[in-house]
Amino acid sequence: MTKKNRLFLLLSPFTFYSLLFFLGPMLILFIFSFLEPGIYGGVEWNFYHDNYGRILGWADGEFEDFDIIYTIIFLRSLRLALITVLINLLICYPAALWISNLNPKLRNFFIFLITLPFFASLVVRLFAWMIILKPSGILNQVLISLHIIDEPILMLFTEGAVIVGMVYVLIPFMFLPLYASIEKIDLKLIEASKDLGANKFITFFKITLPLSIPGIIGGSILVFIPSLGNFIVPDLLGGAKVMMIGNLIEQSFLMGRNWPFGSALSMMVMATVVIFLLFYVRSVSKYENETETIK
Amino acid sequence: MSKLVQIISANKKFKTPEGERVTALDDVSLEVNTKEFITLLGPSGCGKTTLLRSISGFEELDSGKIIIDSQEMRNVPPYKRPVNTVFQNYALFPHINVENNIGYGLDVIGIPKPERNRRVKETLQLVGLSGYENRKPIQLSGGQQQRVALARAIINRPKILLLDEPLSALDRKLRQAMQLELKNIQNELGIAFIFVTHDQEEALTMSDKVIVMNHGKIVQIGTPTEIYDNPTNEFTAQFIGESNFFTGKIDNIENILTIKTTCSNTIYLKNFDKSKIFKEKNIDVFIRPEELLLESNQFTEKYFIECVVKQIVFLGTDFKILCDIGNNKIIHSVIRDAHRSNIDKCKIESKIKLYYNPLSFKILKND
Repeated sequence: MTKKNRLFLLLSPFTFYSLLFFLGPMLILFIFSFLEPGIYGGVEWNFYHDNYGRILGWADGEFEDFDIIYTIIFLRSLRLALITVLINLLICYPAALWISNLNPKLRNFFIFLITLPFFASLVVRLFAWMIILKPSGILNQVLISLHIIDEPILMLFTEGAVIVGMVYVLIPFMFLPLYASIEKIDLKLIEASKDLGANKFITFFKITLPLSIPGIIGGSILVFIPSLGNFIVPDLLGGAKVMMIGNLIEQSFLMGRNWPFGSALSMMVMATVVIFLLFYVRSVSKYENETETIK
Repeated sequence: MSKLVQIISANKKFKTPEGERVTALDDVSLEVNTKEFITLLGPSGCGKTTLLRSISGFEELDSGKIIIDSQEMRNVPPYKRPVNTVFQNYALFPHINVENNIGYGLDVIGIPKPERNRRVKETLQLVGLSGYENRKPIQLSGGQQQRVALARAIINRPKILLLDEPLSALDRKLRQAMQLELKNIQNELGIAFIFVTHDQEEALTMSDKVIVMNHGKIVQIGTPTEIYDNPTNEFTAQFIGESNFFTGKIDNIENILTIKTTCSNTIYLKNFDKSKIFKEKNIDVFIRPEELLLESNQFTEKYFIECVVKQIVFLGTDFKILCDIGNNKIIHSVIRDAHRSNIDKCKIESKIKLYYNPLSFKILKND
């Protein structure tokens, strides 16, 4: 078998799968976003740009209205997603640093622990968070019995609850790339830095941190994408108050029966993600050229 | 000359993953003078790297003292010790360029920019890398990386420079050139070098003093010539250069010592201390392969070992002959270039005589 044939065989399942189930639907969404919504759902095959107009501000005001609320929801999603990334980074970086210094057996054990929540259903885990956060929930009861607060505070159905939930759900996506890049750093470099007169802090900021940038960027993107489009977490923990773009898309498709509008929203989310992704690929490939490990 | 480094009965044990305790340093004591070029020589696992890492502060001794410049080093972290290290695989920082790699030691202690730049330039010149400031380590050859590692380690002007097998990754030609260059740089800087290697040639070429280590112990300390000419134990005799060992019984003591070996050869030895030698006692002696010759002269004509040629190996300038002296004991003879014509006389499985000067045999131990 020639090398070419073998490569073709090896790659064909992946190519076939992603063409059929990823690019196909994507193409449909893209086309739908420029079509007129049907009166009873579905689409009319006419070119129609007001789906985007409703979001971006050129809708005619006759059949479709521009509403600033979509921009607000979009910006809120962006903000919550970025906060989620930041908090996740602050939680995972020290943990990854610590775990990468353990002996290999313990390391694997901790990585197992980090991925453990995946074994349970996402919805079940989020319901658990509801039980923790609700006014009569565990957290409020503990705080009251410790006399820190007098009456239950509203934790569920707030932005805070959504952030807590998203951070929790996405921890492995931040942790694993971070861990992979920190663990790859040659211990000898750390020693060399200390040998040359740098204490722990200087060594961290001048050696460890810059060398783990690929992991930071990778983890951030992996957390950013699912947080931006997330609808389960804001649905369960945010309620009606904290609507994110994912909820809006879900509603347009399932409740509003307005597929073209939902498609247009999805395309907007995707455009944002692609912009961030381009930034990611560019900075990482630039970085990797510079820091290939010395043989 | 003052004592720059003193190591007093250093002990260190490691735990292997299997739970065994391995002795890395066993009661090691030594002294290093200012401006001295010291080599720690030994096979891998002999403790030489552990000793080096204890000096740089990356290993803490179980017991014993390390004193640098009359200051006890216990609990002094690596970044506060007046030593710098050239690491085995250089450990250059991959994300910053040559200039910043070399300037790192100055940057982290906050040397002002103008002085920092001047010293970086100076050091680049010293190691012959001017013009490479903006390269990343990955864009340099092995030899150039080695120079950057050296430059980075000397720019802080340490009292002692530690070198952990720095030349082992270079090819032979480059390694030999770097050996001379290192020696020159050491002379120029006037700082003490502690050099770790398992390469005896490297040790003999560069050092003022060689410390031979085995199984965590120092087995011999001396100048390169002392170590080579008068090894005090079998390990040194074997590790530094090659040696042919013989065990036997002392047969006769006169002006010349006669030894009957276990392989029933007779060996004559002239250079010995009569007061320590007694008849019928066991004795271990050795001779260097280059002292066993195919032709005799006036000093050697009566002294030879008869043996059977088993193998002839061409070494480039020299030939090595492996011979059986009976009981399958093989000895080596190295025939220098000048005597090459004699090689033709040797045929595999033929009997030959290897002549020697009785002054060449040396006693390892007798009891």
